[in-house]
Amino acid sequence: MKLLPAIKVHVAAGAVGLLFCQPVVAQQTVKVGSVLSVTGPASFLGEPEDKTLRMYVDKINAAGGVAGKKIELIVYDDGGDANKARTFATRLIEDDKVVAMVGGSTTGTTMAMIPVFEEAQVPFISLGGAIEIVDPVRKYVFKTPHTDKMACEKIFENLKQRKLTKIGMISGTDGFGASMRAQCTKAAPAYGIEIVAEETYGPRDSDMTAQLTKLKGAAGIQAVVNPGFGQGPAIVTRNYAQLGMTAMPLYQSHGVASKSFIELAGASAEGVRLPAAALLVGDKLPDGDPQKKVVVEYKTTYESTAKQPVSTFGGHAYDGLYVLVDAMKRANGTDSKKIRDEIEKTKGFIGTGGIVTMSTTDHLGLDLSAFRMLEIKGGDWALVQPGS
Amino acid sequence: MPAEFGGVGRCIEPARIGLFGSVAWPPLAAKRSVEQRMSDFFQFLVSGLTVGSVYALVALGFTLIYNASDVVNFAQGEFVMLGGMVTVFASAAGVPLPLAALIAICIAVVVGLLLYWLAIEPARGASAVTVIIITIGASILLRGIAQIVFDKQFHKLPAFTGDAPVDLFGAAIQPQSFWVLGGTAVIVTLLYAFLELTLLGKAVLATAANRLAAHLVGINTRTVMALAFGGSAAIGAVAGVLITPITLTSYDVGTLLALKGFAAAMLGGMGNPLGAVAGGILIGLLESFGAGYISSTYKDAFAFIVILVVLVALPQGLFGRRAVERV
Repeated sequence: MKLLPAIKVHVAAGAVGLLFCQPVVAQQTVKVGSVLSVTGPASFLGEPEDKTLRMYVDKINAAGGVAGKKIELIVYDDGGDANKARTFATRLIEDDKVVAMVGGSTTGTTMAMIPVFEEAQVPFISLGGAIEIVDPVRKYVFKTPHTDKMACEKIFENLKQRKLTKIGMISGTDGFGASMRAQCTKAAPAYGIEIVAEETYGPRDSDMTAQLTKLKGAAGIQAVVNPGFGQGPAIVTRNYAQLGMTAMPLYQSHGVASKSFIELAGASAEGVRLPAAALLVGDKLPDGDPQKKVVVEYKTTYESTAKQPVSTFGGHAYDGLYVLVDAMKRANGTDSKKIRDEIEKTKGFIGTGGIVTMSTTDHLGLDLSAFRMLEIKGGDWALVQPGS
Repeated sequence: MPAEFGGVGRCIEPARIGLFGSVAWPPLAAKRSVEQRMSDFFQFLVSGLTVGSVYALVALGFTLIYNASDVVNFAQGEFVMLGGMVTVFASAAGVPLPLAALIAICIAVVVGLLLYWLAIEPARGASAVTVIIITIGASILLRGIAQIVFDKQFHKLPAFTGDAPVDLFGAAIQPQSFWVLGGTAVIVTLLYAFLELTLLGKAVLATAANRLAAHLVGINTRTVMALAFGGSAAIGAVAGVLITPITLTSYDVGTLLALKGFAAAMLGGMGNPLGAVAGGILIGLLESFGAGYISSTYKDAFAFIVILVVLVALPQGLFGRRAVERV
């Protein structure tokens, strides 16, 4: 009987003691938020991003953190759903009170979250692909992955070099596919490219032979470009080989820049070309290449920790995190506005995606040289020699 | 490649055709020879038949269960997913492909039986809507478990007899298509033989006709229903194994398949096995020809338009039994 009141007193004392502890603990960490599509149809984007962020935050914290504080990484999984992403973004701002966010695996989820971060004046480094994320430039929104516009331009540049001017396009109707299709249509005339025929497929479709048959019959067609990501391009590539169209070059987007595409498409992926980050061919880069060191180091760290082949999407998360960390170091604090200013001042940052130099009008910081043209040879990536 | 027609390419303007949004009619009409059009037609035909066979098998599963228990089992698509995924993972673990496929079918059957015993049977007094919702819940559960046990990536299986396309009337056909069509024909024949020629099959038909009467003449209706669930799980799993080399598989292929299989079963007349097969093939062909000749953007829409039309105008489907009620 006497024990119970005694316990109550001790518990109360302990609670009061903890209350005093709290503010001290909070000052030692800086909260960085992340909303990623770890599960769902975009999981091949979100999963490597999630793994990368966690492993490098641990690394940074082990080395002492940033600006004297440890990073507390808060990750939410939106499953590829833009509505869920927006809810989590609101939670990050209002409940978790993050100072910055690196996330938004897809264009769809990013666009849904942008208004939340703009209003809260918290910097948001997005990992989504479409150019509309940074065009028009919004004060608090940045991104690290190459844009779909750059992918189109890199492909057209290569087509022009090979003197191919009439192309067909088969694109997915998902956000990325549709956006890249629009960008390619806009960019084509500047490179003298004519889009002779166009088809679309749903992101969950399992057979594209009908659409490819129509492209095959289009007059004067010399090459085919396939904007899209996920399983669609793998099936397009397989159907392409099945219909015997491989004499005509097939170009994929950087959306398929991962080994799982080669695995799924199998032998039909031979000879397919795509623009991709240097990360995929790290060991094949010439020694003088400025990106080689960063790229090889990231690849080794990722593959030994995650036990999975490296992917460019994880590389974007690495770039986003380090752009943020460098900015925090320069801002020497955790004020969101100061961090945003420093992110905008990023110059010559060597990332896995390229060399980043941002400005008030450019919140991406990459140019066309950040993309390398690759060709799939013998089930592996190979650098296309300039001029071929 | 008809490079010599380069100059004529612009004569048919990309047309904005009202309902169908921005469709660029490919400049096919003026330049395709009769031979090329025939081979296009054949290409669409075979791809429609292949995909239609999968819908047919899923619809067969729906029909079998509906016949035995008046339940529309929306977890049907998950059996197809299980067939594909378990085979992929078993064969990745080193099991030879035929054995892996067999294991997949057995696991699907077990899941089907568990679904019946744990979810449907205890709710046997409930209304039809309640049981349908239970099956929807079961499909969500199965999808969630698949995500955890397997993974969220796409997977493929090697084609049974290689990838080299077969040339038939100018169309390039994957050998796997023949396996799918052949497999479907075999399953339909076996099912027909079972239902019409064996005593147990006749018991299933009797339960379908009138459950109370069947019960009264001594048929163990619970066994029949369990058999229906197990059987349709097996059919779904076989469909999954056959189609994965062509369409790839992942943990969530079941949803869309279930919807289209349901459309097929409704089109053919819910409860009629041959109708289910006919409905599946029809929807597959509709999708393929629609994508080929009208617009590829709205390919999925065809199956859903069919559901709407059937539910509104033709609820008993094409070959369904007309329900006659004695007053």
